[in-house]
Amino acid sequence: MRKVLTAALVAAGMGVGGAAIAAEPLKIGLMGTLSGPPAVLGQHINDGFKLFVEQQGGKLGGRDVEIFVADDELKPDVALTKVKGLLERDKVDFVAGIVFSNILQAVFRPVTESETFLIGANAGTSTFAGKGCSPYFFSTSWQNDQIHEVMGKYAQDKGFKSAFLLTPNYQAGKDSVAGFKRHFKGEVVDEVYTKLGNLDFSAELAKIAAAKPEVLFTFMPGGMGVNLVKQFKQAGLDKNVTFLSAFTVDETTLPATKDDAVGLFSSSQWTPDLDNPANKAFVSAYEAKYGYVPSLYSSQGYDAAQLINSAVKAVKGDLSDKKAVIAALRKADFASVRGDFKYNTNHFPIQDYYLVKAVKRADGKYATSVVEKVFDDYGDIYAAECSMK
Amino acid sequence: MTATLVAVQVLNGLQLGVLLFLVAAGLTLVFGVMDFINLAHGVQYMLGAYLAVTFYGLTGNFFAALVLALLAALAFGLLLEFVVFRHLYDRDHLDQVLATFGVILFLNEGVRIVWGAAPLSYPIPQLLQGTIPLIDGFGYPIYRVAMIVSGLATAVLLWFLVTRTRVGMLVRAGASNPRMVSALGVDIRRLFMVVFGFGAMLAGFAGVMSGPILSVEPGMGDGVLILAFVVIVIGGIGSIRGAFVAALIIGLVDTLGRSFMTDIFKAFMAPAAANQVGPAIASMLIYLLMAGVLFFRPTGLFPAAGR
Repeated sequence: MRKVLTAALVAAGMGVGGAAIAAEPLKIGLMGTLSGPPAVLGQHINDGFKLFVEQQGGKLGGRDVEIFVADDELKPDVALTKVKGLLERDKVDFVAGIVFSNILQAVFRPVTESETFLIGANAGTSTFAGKGCSPYFFSTSWQNDQIHEVMGKYAQDKGFKSAFLLTPNYQAGKDSVAGFKRHFKGEVVDEVYTKLGNLDFSAELAKIAAAKPEVLFTFMPGGMGVNLVKQFKQAGLDKNVTFLSAFTVDETTLPATKDDAVGLFSSSQWTPDLDNPANKAFVSAYEAKYGYVPSLYSSQGYDAAQLINSAVKAVKGDLSDKKAVIAALRKADFASVRGDFKYNTNHFPIQDYYLVKAVKRADGKYATSVVEKVFDDYGDIYAAECSMK
Repeated sequence: MTATLVAVQVLNGLQLGVLLFLVAAGLTLVFGVMDFINLAHGVQYMLGAYLAVTFYGLTGNFFAALVLALLAALAFGLLLEFVVFRHLYDRDHLDQVLATFGVILFLNEGVRIVWGAAPLSYPIPQLLQGTIPLIDGFGYPIYRVAMIVSGLATAVLLWFLVTRTRVGMLVRAGASNPRMVSALGVDIRRLFMVVFGFGAMLAGFAGVMSGPILSVEPGMGDGVLILAFVVIVIGGIGSIRGAFVAALIIGLVDTLGRSFMTDIFKAFMAPAAANQVGPAIASMLIYLLMAGVLFFRPTGLFPAAGR
């Protein structure tokens, strides 16, 4: 028995040794929420990421890529366990993805303190944009506040006088309200916080109707947004109230809301019809491969893979000099599908933000479309608090 | 003005109440008659909605989809009973909880694989579109009225079945003393199967009806299941009447709490503090209610006779 075991161990040892002699692949941990109702967000990011890797023939920066997919289940403790597995067992070179802010907060320090590169493809918590910033973290999305600021700025510029704010009762919901109010100076007639995961908005919609605001600003990601949009339309509120939203009307929810969402406003740094060559190629390849319209999350996943590719290429595949890799990442030397893209001192993007609207395309599918640019080359307000220069 | 708002919220509460009743009725029957804790009941609600999505895609007609989805939900309920649940009737509650929880995980993942993770939907039928104007610029959707009516109709039907038919009599007898019913020569297993299939169909019906106003997504049954358990605990396990009354109470308390709790706190608190406290208290209300009922009437408001 013991002999067999020893032989097996020796064989296993040789296996590992053999792999090390051959060119070691670039290891990437792709972490996202892949179960439960928000699973679609993680799926879009991963699909975008994998599409770019596939387009490069399974390589990034000239090195073969091995991807370890991890599902954080939207539970910080699970995320922490799994990210430790990625770092210590799988010894990944990059961790990419991360859909939700609370998950980013759980994994940020373990990843960056182990001097592993963390590419955030969605969540952009204010802490890590300001005082808690790290040279090992790069975002290919936005700082959370900015998407909400777009809506506040737009409402202010259009001269809307009164707004009703509706968000889930948790930190991101409160941040969203703060972001909206930063630029909106009109009257906020009411702020209503619903339970996270709320299904039925009939009570809230009746309050909105009674308050008669000019605009409704809401942040209802995932299924909550689907419910809200459908019920908003069914109650006929769309005739009198302008619907402004963040992370509520996008390509993850449009397949469910369909016509009910058409004409409703959202804010984004990207849309499928954004006019640049990189984006056109991305969208057509994505739709051909997966058969559904990409969302901003898909674009962020795709750009995360592009960013890694550009940096690994710049250092010729040698990741041992971490400073050189950081410098290469910092350059963001790739054609982002969103057009203008460069890094701020806190490693969050400086980019353009748009007012977007849900439309039904000629092929019968639903997508978001640019209405107007609200911010040009916009950085977040927390960068000044970050000690990196 | 405020009176209209309250009226709208009462309607909303009723609508949530009848929806909960449809889910809770099956749950309380299964729990009451078979002494079987079926955590997978919420999954049957979800399946009803998903089946309706598929049948709507095939037929393009809401009512056809409704009928087909109900039949499929019934068939699936019976299948689950045959494959999994009937092996658990003689086990203790912990085994039942574990096994049916496994069914939840399995089916939630199953629908994600079959239908995808993205939320789906189907539209309100043409016949029930439109609104009844109540507040200026805000109408009460006719579809929601139809939900209330269909829920109440189901309640009447259930009352008739349980109190006026032979099967209903056996169900009531089974809830009180299953061994005696069995001793009298009734095939209790077959009765269980009928009750189970019917409960699954009711949950599926609730799922089909909620599809057009809610989003159809994996895990959509989990939240409803928790509320349904609160309903049957308040109503008294095994009691249809209790489930009906408790479902309406829960629907009203939850809706009215969510609508007015923050405003009530604003009357004597700073608005910022009220915005913190109001939603927190509102989401606790039904559980406080449950704790109160359990304290004063541990067997619920309408305990089934003989338990």
